[in-house]
This record gives sequence, C-alpha cells and structure tokens, in this order.
Amino acid sequence: MSLASAPSTAGCAQPPILRERGQHEVFCGLTGIVWLHRKIQDAFFLVVGSRTCAHLLQSAAGVMIFAEPRFATAIIDERDLAGLADCNDELDRVVTRLIERRPDIRMLFLVGSCPSEVIKLDLSRAAQRLSKRFAPKVRVLNYSGSGIETTFTQGEDACLAALVPEMPAEPGTARSLLVVGALAEVVEDQMLRHFAALGVGPVRFLPGRSAAELPAIGSGTRYLLAQPFLGDTARLLESRGATRIAAPFPLGAEGTTRWLRAAAEAWGTPEGKIREVTEAGEIRARAAVSRHRAKLEGQSIFFFPDSQLEIPLARFLSRELGMRLTEVGTPYLHRAHMAEEMALLPDGVQLSEGQHVDRQLDRCRAARPDLTVCGLGLANPLEAEGFATKWSIELVFTPIQGYDQAGDLAGLFSRPLDRRTRLEL
Amino acid sequence: MQLAVWTYEGPPHVGAMRVATAMRGVHYVLHAPQGDTYADLLFTMIERRAARPPVTYTTFQARDLGGDTAELFKAAVLDAHERFRPQAMLVGASCTAELIQDDPGGLARTLGLPIPVVPLELPSYQRKENWGASETFYQLVRAMAGPHAPPPGTKRDPRPTDRAPRCNLLGATALGFRHRDDVAEITRLLGAMGIEVSVCAPLGATPADLARLGEADFNVVLYPEIAGQAASWLKRSFGQPSTTVVPIGVAATRRFVAEVAQLAGLATTPDEAALRLPWYSKSVDSTYLTGKRVFVFGDATHAIAAAHAAQHELGFEVVGLGSYSREFGREIREAAKSYGVEPLITDDYLDVEQAIAALQPELVLGTQMERHIAKKLGIPCAVISAPVHVQDFPARHSPQMGFEGANVLFDTWVHPLMMGLEEHLLAMFREDFEFHDGAKPSHLGGGAQLAPEMGIGAAPAAQPLPAPAAVTPHAAAGDSIAWGPDAEQELKKIPFFVRGKARRNTERFAAERGIATITLETLYDAKAHYAR
Repeated sequence: MSLASAPSTAGCAQPPILRERGQHEVFCGLTGIVWLHRKIQDAFFLVVGSRTCAHLLQSAAGVMIFAEPRFATAIIDERDLAGLADCNDELDRVVTRLIERRPDIRMLFLVGSCPSEVIKLDLSRAAQRLSKRFAPKVRVLNYSGSGIETTFTQGEDACLAALVPEMPAEPGTARSLLVVGALAEVVEDQMLRHFAALGVGPVRFLPGRSAAELPAIGSGTRYLLAQPFLGDTARLLESRGATRIAAPFPLGAEGTTRWLRAAAEAWGTPEGKIREVTEAGEIRARAAVSRHRAKLEGQSIFFFPDSQLEIPLARFLSRELGMRLTEVGTPYLHRAHMAEEMALLPDGVQLSEGQHVDRQLDRCRAARPDLTVCGLGLANPLEAEGFATKWSIELVFTPIQGYDQAGDLAGLFSRPLDRRTRLEL
Repeated sequence: MQLAVWTYEGPPHVGAMRVATAMRGVHYVLHAPQGDTYADLLFTMIERRAARPPVTYTTFQARDLGGDTAELFKAAVLDAHERFRPQAMLVGASCTAELIQDDPGGLARTLGLPIPVVPLELPSYQRKENWGASETFYQLVRAMAGPHAPPPGTKRDPRPTDRAPRCNLLGATALGFRHRDDVAEITRLLGAMGIEVSVCAPLGATPADLARLGEADFNVVLYPEIAGQAASWLKRSFGQPSTTVVPIGVAATRRFVAEVAQLAGLATTPDEAALRLPWYSKSVDSTYLTGKRVFVFGDATHAIAAAHAAQHELGFEVVGLGSYSREFGREIREAAKSYGVEPLITDDYLDVEQAIAALQPELVLGTQMERHIAKKLGIPCAVISAPVHVQDFPARHSPQMGFEGANVLFDTWVHPLMMGLEEHLLAMFREDFEFHDGAKPSHLGGGAQLAPEMGIGAAPAAQPLPAPAAVTPHAAAGDSIAWGPDAEQELKKIPFFVRGKARRNTERFAAERGIATITLETLYDAKAHYAR
C-alpha cells in the first residue's frame, strides 16, 4: 500500500518562488534556546543582549521561565556601551558568577544578539578566553541567535554548527549514521528502534542529550537531516568528511518511510527487509492520519513563513490529507536540502521566501484559505477577520516526526477546523 | 551587565507600543531588526486583542547594516502612512536601532508627511517599559494638545454653571492590569457624581481627542506611572489640576471621591449601595484573617494601595512591601515606613524570592512572578499588579478601582486562603479519616485509594512543602538537624498547610540554639517562641 496513494499531480521541482523583503513577522534565532536547553541537559545558554532579548525569551518561554531554566540574559547597560574593554570584563564577571551558581553546567553557550553584534562584541574571543579559564570542567562556545542574522529555527542551526568543530574525530573510515536536528526523546527512541531493525548503525544524534559527550565524526559518517533548517550545520559536517543522505523529512507516513528508506538504502539493506520494517509503522500512521482526512480533504491552506518546516508540512498535508495548497511561505529555502520535498509538491503551488507581512496578508485575504498557518501575532487578528488559523510555533515544540506522531500532526491541523464547527456563536 | 532570567518590565519601546495600541488613529514605525515583532503577541495573545498592534517594524538585517538602513526606515514610514492612513505617527528606535544611530525623527521629518509625526527618544539601555509608556504619552499629548494651549500665565475661566463638570481619565493603556474595567468603574463612579468624562487617554483615544484634552476642568490620574508626566504638563499648560489619590481600596476610593468633588466644585457623597467589602470583612468568618502576615510586591501604585487595603480593610499584617518601580522609590519607602517594614526596591526576582522565603508570610500579593515564587514555597498568593499572564485579562468585569474594585479585591485575596470555617473544621477533624494526611481534595474524586489508578501520586496532601533549602539561612550553613521520633510524630498532627512553616521555624529555632536533635520540648519551645 505504501506509496500508492500519491496524487499524480506531484512534481514541483521548479515551482515559481516569490522572493519578498519588508517587515518579517517572525521570531529571531534566540527563540531556539527555549527548546535546545531542554534537549541538551548539561548546557547553559547565556544571551548577551538587551532587555528586549530577555523580554523576548520570557515571552517565548512562557511558564518555563519559572522552572530554573538553563538560560539567561546578560543585559548590556549604558556603562557597557561606554567602552569595549569594560564590556569584556563585565561578561567575565557575569559568567564567573553564573558558573559558580550552577556547578552542574558542562557547556556554556554565549549567544550573540542584535545589540552584541552591532557593538561588535567579539563573543568568539570571549568564549576562547573563558573556556581556558574554566577548562576542563566547562567548555564555552558561542554562536549568534540575533535577528539580523537568524530567523527562529535558524538559531538551532547556529547552535549545532558551533558544536560541529567540537565533535571528536572518528578514527578510520568506520561507517555511522548521524541524525541531525533536535527531536523529542520519544521520537529519537522510535527512530533508534527502526534503524536497529533495518540494520543501520551505529546511530548517533546531534544534539545529543549531553553536551559533554558529542558524537564522533569522520569520513565514514553519513548524516540524515531530521529538520529542514540546518544549512550551516550540514556545511560544517561535510567539511569534516560527513556525507548527506538525501531524503524528504520524516513527517507523515510517507515522509517517515522515505526518510528511513534513504538511510537503509545507503546501508544496503535488502528491499524485503525495508518493506517489512516500514510497513507496520506506515499502516499504523496512515490509519491514524485517515481519521483526520474527512475534516481536511479538499480544504485549502495558506502558510506564513516561520520555521522552514512549511514545505515538508505542506507536502504531508497535500499528499496524505488531500488539502489544497495556496501559498506556502518559508523564511529561507535551502534548494539542495529541500529538493526531495519540492519534487513531491503538487503543481501550481505558490512558494514564497522571505516576507513583506502586509502584502502577504493581502494575498492571504484574497486567497480566502480554509486554514492559515501563522505566528501568534497574526493568529487572533486573522481569526477575528473570520479565518481559521493554526499557530505555527506549536509545530516546533510538539513531537511531530515519525510514524507514531503522524496522527497527532494531522490533528494539529484538523482541530481548529473541528472547533469552528462545534462553536455555536 | 545584569544577569537576568525574568524581567518585571520590558524595554521602553514596548511601553510606546502599549500607548499606540491603546489608541485609535495612531501608527508607530519602529526601527528594529527581525524578531522584535515578538512583542505583538503580548497584545494579541495575553490581552487577546482582535487586531494587530498598529506597529510597523523596519526589520533590518545584517546585510543592510552597510548603509541603507536609513532608506529602509524612510520606505517603511511612507509605506505605513500609505497603507494605514493614521491621524498621527510615532517614530522611534528599538535597542539595536538606537546603536546604529539613524535618527528616526530627523528622517521622518524629511518625508514631509501631511500628519503630525512624533519622534520618540527612548533610551533602551537605561529605561524600561513604564517609563517608555509615560514618555510616549507625554510626547503625544504635547504634540497634539500643545497647539491649543493658551499663552503662558493665562488664567483658566471658571466652569459655566449650566454645564456639568468635565474631566479626563489619564493613564489607561493596552496591556495594563485591569485598565479596561478600572476605566469603566471610574467612569460610572464619576457619572453618578454628575461628572462627565471628556477624554479617556491613551485607552480608546484618537489624536484628535488628545487635541481637546485642555477643554476638561480637571484630570483624573488613574496610573501615575504612565500619566503623571502628561498630567503635570497639562497643569502647566492649561492650568488643569489633577487627582493625587488612586482609588484602589475603600478608603482610597472615598478619599478619591472627596478629592474629585472638590476639584469639580460639587458637594457629593458617594453611593456605596454596591460596596460589600466592609461588611464581608466584618462578618465573623473573616475573623480568621486577623493578623495574617502578608507580603506585597508590584508596581508602586498597586503595591502601595494593596498594602493599605490589606492592613486596614482586611485586617492583615503587612510584613513586607516592595516594588520594581524605581521611579517611585520615595513613595514606596514612605509607605514601608508606615508599616514598620524594610522597603524592597528591586527588579531582581531572586531578591524578592529571598525576602519572601525569609519572611515566611501567610499570603503573598504580587505579580505573576510572585505567584510562582509563592507556589514554589507553598504560600497562598493573589495577583495585584502587572506583569501578569493571560488569565489576568479576564472576560468578566474585574476592576481593581472603585467600590466594585474593592469587592473584587476581597474575593481575590481571600480565596487563596483557607476560609475561617474551613480552617476551623480542618483543625478540629485533623485526625478524622477524611482529613488524614493522605486524603486528597474532594474535587479530585475523593478517596486516597483512587490515587494510584488515576496516575496521581498517592497522598498529595502529605507531600512536604517544597523545602526552600537553598534560601533558608540555616540550611545554607550546611548543618543538619535531626528530628527525634516523638517530635516527628507530633509534627504530623499539625495541619498540613502550616506544617511546612512549623518545621522550618522549629529548625531555625534549634539551629539558633545549637540544638542537634529536635525533641517534643524543642517543638513546643519553638511554637511558644514564634507565637504571636
């Protein structure tokens, strides 16, 4: 049954792409800290920025902020702006105090922000200096999550890219699979079981649960992207000899099978074995997804740019739930990493990269989609105009990858429509 | 540099957004990098606004920093004017744009727009949200009402006797704690006195409304943090007096009514038919509230008002008072002195947590942050001030001000406490099977035997209160105090909701006296020592 239900209209290898610039209604890369700190359990993220940065993290982290989170902001004040030397001393003081207070921390990320980038505070030198001071107990790294350089999930890319040079070298050419991109632990465990059944291994994850134990990398490393927003990380992995296994992303029954299959084929797993391992999961996933199909089939959907997950999600919704795609916006479109996804998109979909939010809202209103995927700043205003919306940040925080999350993923999109039919208001 | 996880206030441009979003016909163009739009969701999600805030962000990126950010800004201003056709615009810079020094005011001037454009100078590295709101409102009022001001020294004409007295309501903004309902409540109160509200601003006002602020006889300053500066300019420019009492609590509302009556030249006594706080507070069930130790923290206006009502209208004892509003340090210090407590003026929540842990109050009145501190320490808490989360922008009418506001305060503050009858019954039947340590609250389905099936850990009530080991002074010293079996047994007879306090007090008592093992004697010695 596996791929038989694919619509014949698929094939979006060279779709038109509307490139826009103007106001971006998106988060900056600092937001990635909110899920990365949960994932890497011995790391601390120290943003060097302004009160705005602290306020953003507070707004994005919601109640998490009260649970002794492993992130904080070193707020630059007017005294720091007076002279750069002073700023470095201040940073050292703040970091020293922090490490004394949190002896459980093994890795500290100094995270650059717009203000720290604009005043050209050299955080990579600061990281080297502090690494020397706190070695061997704490490693200090840096990356930028600033809005002038990164959009939302690109913060994870920047963070993982900072980890790549720290990964130990794999001696020889031993073959291993590296799954790249933060996944929920439950999803990681499912993937591990599938890979084991397929005879693919050893399997390692980046990021791992501990920053202190990074996976080894070498010319035998094959890597598989679990997330679509990891351009810089991929580039650095390749500079260390790793090779990408091209695959669509593991969203939905089809995406997950194709993703697992790509790895299995690279390992030379026999076709019969691949079918055997993927079929059960795929049947289960399709059954779970089909429960939502009645509500979503034939409905049109419009994506505002947010996380770079938009194209894989649109592919899933179009092929497995029969939704009609209008515009699919993405903050950034990596041509090579998205090639397998684009090939599966139906003809006639409008892709857009970047944003001019007011013009895009005009297009959205003209398209009158049945469901609009957008950020929290736009969702209620669009609902008030009569549009059903699905707020997009949930798609980053919820486990959605793999067979056993496919039904939940479909549910995230059917629920807003279901709700509208229930309310008699 | 200041190490911060939580901030009580956002940056000053968020204050400016609160003013712009409160008004109609105003558009704010903010020179800001990608990502600063996060602030939109405070309005659309926390306050549940149905429209986007009237703010355009220039969204400059790293590649723009070479030189065309000024052009980007001008294009954004023109675009926003064309699209939104506001009556007036605000232009300014967020923290990052402040560093690149593009001068939004100067750039906007060169565009020669046919509407007033008010430039905002909001120093992000020195000031915060409330200051930003205050400054923005002041600049808007000056720009709009300024041209209508009489020459300096002009004496104000007395109100014609055939016209009702008129006032302006100043200070309510978007994202203000209960501002919506306070405005409704005070408007009603004034209406009952025969006073008309001329303009309410910024909430609901247009720039044209601001232009006629000078027409009112006087100003009502609802929130001094935001409206104080504008009101004193209106006094200087139009000779309008303004109110000094914030009507939160019964006595404050009565004083406010008297002050307003005097400013309006009326002899009015307020209609208190719907005021229930005084009787509720006098009723016997409230006897148990007597002397409950309360810690108060919030913005200066709400903290000072809450402390007064808590001590004098509910009969609590204020054991701590503080604020994150540094601009109002003097007022906080004065108020703290009147309760004989140390004022706590800080924007570091760890200081607040330490103060609460050390004082061990029975009730905390504070912000969203204190709600979480109190939860961690197992202390009841009610919210009295911003910052607040979505549940404190309720659908129902819930003012803090006026007589209905007083009713709301009573319910809100007493609810987290054990009511008198309940407290009495629990003490009386503490050995009863229904009230034993393992019993679950009845709303969770009754019997403790259900707990494992429901996946809830057994005996939630018996969980020791989370020990604030890191913050209590004696624990920090690292010495361990043992409990003798008899004392441990006796401790279990103390109702669970005060047991944590009893345990901590006894341990502190023992530590101070160098007692290594707590006996029955120690327990009761400590009880006598701490008895009020």
